[in-house]
Amino acid sequence: MAIEIRVPTMGESVSEATVGNWFKKVGDAIAADEVIAELETDKVAVEVRAPSAGVLAEITAAKGVTVGAGAVLGQIREGAANADAPATAPVAKEPPAPAPLPAATSAPSAAPQPVPAAANGAPSSNGGASMPASPAARKAIAEAGLDVADVAGSGRRGQVLKSDVATASAAQVRATSGAVAAYAPSPQLPVPAQQLRVPSTGLDSEREQRVPMTRLRQTIARRLKDAQNNAAMLTTFNDVDMSAVMALRAQYKDAFEKRHGVKLGFMGFFVKACIQALKEIPAVNGEIDGGDVIYKNYYHIGVAVGTDKGLVVPVVRDADQLSLAAIESKIGDYGRKARDGKLGIADMQGGTFTITNGGVYGSLMSTPILNAPQSGILGMHRIEERPVVRNGTVVARPMMYLALSYDHRIVDGKEAVTFLVRVKDCLEDPHRFMLEV
Amino acid sequence: MTYDVIVIGSGPGGYVCAIRASQLGKKVAIVEKRATHGGTCLNVGCIPSKALLHASECYDEANHAFSEMGIGVTPTLDLDKMQGYKSEGVKGNVDGVAFLLKKNKIDAHHGTGRVVAAGKVEVTKSDGTIAVLDTKAIVIATGSDVARLPGVEIDEKTVVSSTGALDLPTVPKRLLIVGAGVIGLELGSVWRRLGAEVTVIEYLDRILPGMDADVASSFQKILVKQGMDFKLSKKVTKVEKSGAGCIVTVEPSAGGDPVTINADVVLVAIGRVPYTDGLGLAEVGVAMDNRKRIIVDHHFTTNVPGVYAIGDVIAGPMLAHKAEDEGVALAEMLAGQAGHVNYEVIPNVIYTAPEVASVGKTEEDLKTAGVAYKVGKFPFLANGRAKVNRTTDGFVKVLADAGTDRVLGVHIIGAHAGELIGEASVIMEFGGSAEDLARTCHAHPTLTEAVKEAALAVDKRALHM
Repeated sequence: MAIEIRVPTMGESVSEATVGNWFKKVGDAIAADEVIAELETDKVAVEVRAPSAGVLAEITAAKGVTVGAGAVLGQIREGAANADAPATAPVAKEPPAPAPLPAATSAPSAAPQPVPAAANGAPSSNGGASMPASPAARKAIAEAGLDVADVAGSGRRGQVLKSDVATASAAQVRATSGAVAAYAPSPQLPVPAQQLRVPSTGLDSEREQRVPMTRLRQTIARRLKDAQNNAAMLTTFNDVDMSAVMALRAQYKDAFEKRHGVKLGFMGFFVKACIQALKEIPAVNGEIDGGDVIYKNYYHIGVAVGTDKGLVVPVVRDADQLSLAAIESKIGDYGRKARDGKLGIADMQGGTFTITNGGVYGSLMSTPILNAPQSGILGMHRIEERPVVRNGTVVARPMMYLALSYDHRIVDGKEAVTFLVRVKDCLEDPHRFMLEV
Repeated sequence: MTYDVIVIGSGPGGYVCAIRASQLGKKVAIVEKRATHGGTCLNVGCIPSKALLHASECYDEANHAFSEMGIGVTPTLDLDKMQGYKSEGVKGNVDGVAFLLKKNKIDAHHGTGRVVAAGKVEVTKSDGTIAVLDTKAIVIATGSDVARLPGVEIDEKTVVSSTGALDLPTVPKRLLIVGAGVIGLELGSVWRRLGAEVTVIEYLDRILPGMDADVASSFQKILVKQGMDFKLSKKVTKVEKSGAGCIVTVEPSAGGDPVTINADVVLVAIGRVPYTDGLGLAEVGVAMDNRKRIIVDHHFTTNVPGVYAIGDVIAGPMLAHKAEDEGVALAEMLAGQAGHVNYEVIPNVIYTAPEVASVGKTEEDLKTAGVAYKVGKFPFLANGRAKVNRTTDGFVKVLADAGTDRVLGVHIIGAHAGELIGEASVIMEFGGSAEDLARTCHAHPTLTEAVKEAALAVDKRALHM
C-alpha cells in the first residue's frame, strides 16, 4: 500500500512552503519518522518526517516547488509485499465528478458566461466544482502540490488552465494569518507573478537595482493587501497622558528589575490596558468567519517586532492570566529570538489582537493595517512633552497618540472609540489595573 | 552498467514508455522477442489490418461506387500484391519505431525477456545466448495474445486467429467468424469486400458488447445490408477439419439443437488475453488477478518494488493508445513528475466502412449509473459533405449531463468516424459542455459539422434537421 507523504502542519500562519532538499531518492528505504525532506517556509525550515517505514516510491513535489499545507509531497510504498492492490482499472488523476452548475447553460444565451470564480468571489470557489482542470493543469497541480480548489480558473466557465496553475503557484493565494496576515484568499485578485514594468529610459535604468523580494517580504506584501481588500478598515485616534505610568515606572523600575529580573517597560502596561478594554468590547477580540462572528474568550496579544528582514508578530498567549512581569519577560524573550532569527511558527500563531509600536522609531501618528483575521490593532506612538490643559492651566505632559484600526464590519464606531477611551483611562490611572475597572 | 529503465516489449505501450523515459534523461533499454519492433499492433494487429481494410475498401469502391461517379473500371484482385502492399506498410511502421528508439538512444535487445529478480532482466537471444541486464526499474509491457476457444486448435491455415486472417493466401469462399467484436468485424469486412461469404457467430445477443446498444444495432443493420450474416446468441461447440475446409457445429447459447455450417476458413476472434507467461513473474512474486492480468496500483507499480506494468497486461481496455498513455504517465512518474491517464476518456474505433467510434459513457452506462442525461443525435444523411460523398450511413450521438450539459459520451457511426472522434475526446478531457462543442466553429462543408449539429441537438436546436 502506498502511503502519502504530506506537508506537515506548519502552523496557521504558514500556508505554504518551498520544497528544499530531499534527503532520499526514489527507491531508497525509509525508516518511520526519519527526516526525508525539508521545507522552507516564510519564517522557518520545517522537517518532513516519514509517516511510515517503506520505500520512497515517488517524489511528487521536487525541490523548488511551492506546496500548500497538507499537499502531497510523495509516496512511500510499504516494504512488505502486498496482494491487496486494486484489481480494477487503475484510475489515475480522475477528474472531479460532475456537479450541478449554478449558471444554467441550457439556456441558449448568446453571450459568453462570465468566469464564475470572479463572479461569486467565494474564496475557494472556482470551476473545479463543475469542470475539471484542463489535462495539463491537472498534472501541473499535482506537481505543484496544490489542490484544484486553490487555483482560480480563467478558462471558459472558470476552468483551471495550465497558466492558472503557474499564476497560483507564484501568487501563493492561500493564507490564514501570520506575520502581517490576511483574510482568506481572494482568487479574483491574485498577486501577479511578474509585474513587468516599462523599462526606464536612458541613464535611469543604469541607476536602478532590481532585487527579488524575499519570501517574507512577499508574504507581508500579500497579507497586508489582502487585509485591506477584505476588512472595512478604519482608524480612530485618541491621546494618552503617560504621566502616571511614567511615574510608576520611575518609582519601581529598580525594585521591579531586581525582583523579576526584567526591566519594567511600557509594553506590559499597554497589553494589560488592551485586555481590560477587550473584555469590555469583545468584538474587537473577535473574528469574522463566513457569515459568523467568532468571539474569543481568551486573549493572545500579538506584539509586532521589527527585524532586519521585516516585521514579525510573536504572540503573548493568555496574556490576561500573566502578571505584568511575566508579560514583560515574554516580550523580552521574543525580542531576542526575533533578532536571532529563532522565532518558531508556534510563537507567532493564534493572536487575537495586535499591538504595534511605531513610537520606538519616532512616529507621531499612524494608521496600522489589521493583522487579519483579527479585528483590531492598537498603534502606539512616540511620547513627547506637549502642552495640555489641566484644571484651566496649560501644562507640559508626556503625551502619546493612540490609534486603533478596526474592522468596521463587526466593530461599531462607538465600540472602537470606547475601546480606545478604556485604554487611555487605564494608562492614565494605573490603579484601575488593580481594581479592574 | 545499470539501466534506469528496462521495458520488456516494444509494442505501442513499451516503445512509447521507453521514448518518454529517455526524453526525461533516463538510460533506457527495451527487450523485444520479435525480429521487429512494434508488438502486436504494428506487426500483426492494428497496422496490417488497416492496410488491408484500406485496400479492400478501395477495391469495393471501385467495384460498386465508381460507376455512380461516372468512372468506368473493372477492377481485378491481385491478393499477393495486396499482401505485399500491407507488408510494406508494416515495414514502414516497424522501421519507424526502430529509428525512434535509435534516435532516443534506447538500447534495443532482441530476445526473450524474463524478470529474474527486481532489477535484473534476463534476455535469451534466438541463438540461445543469455545476457542479464541490470536496471533500477522494470516495465512489463508484453501486451496480449489471442484468446483461444477450448477444444479448437488454431493452425493459422483453415482455423486462424487474427494473425492468420491477415495472411490468407486466397480469398476464402466461406469465412466463418467466431466473435462479433472489433477484430471479427474488421477482418470479416476485409474478406467480404474481397469476395468471401461471411458469417459471424456471437455468443451474446448483440454485436460489439460494451458499445452503445443503439450504435451496435444500427451498425449491425449496415453490415447486414453489406452482406454480412450474423448468428447471435449462438455458440461454436466443435470445429472439424473436412477436406480443405471445416465443419463447424453451432448451438444456441442457451442450449438446444446443434446445426452445422461449412466454412473454408474459421476465424477465432473471441478476444485477447494478457501475455504474462514465461516472464518469470510468478517466480519473483508479481501478483496477478484471476484473469492473469498483473495487479498494479495507480502508479503502475506491482507488488514487487521496481517492477511496473502497463498496457494489455494490466486491467482496462486492450487498446494501443491506452497503453501509450500509460507508458508516458509511467515514464513521467519514474522521473518524479505526476503522470496523467484519464480512463474516462479513451476513444475506441472500429475501422470498418463506415467506421464506428466512441468515447466516454454509453447510454447503458448512464442508465446504470442513474445519471440524468440528454441525447443529441444527428444523421450523416443531413450533412452536406456526406451527401455529396454518398457516405450517408450512420450518425453522431452526443450524450450530455442533463444538469451541467457536460459531454459524457460521444458515439459516431460514419465515414471517418475514427478521425471525427478526436474533438469529442478533447472536449471531454477539458470537461466541456455540449454547448461548448456547439459554439466552436466547424468548417463547412465537412463531416465534423455533424458533430456540431449533434451537440446542438442536445439542446434541441440542430440547424439542419
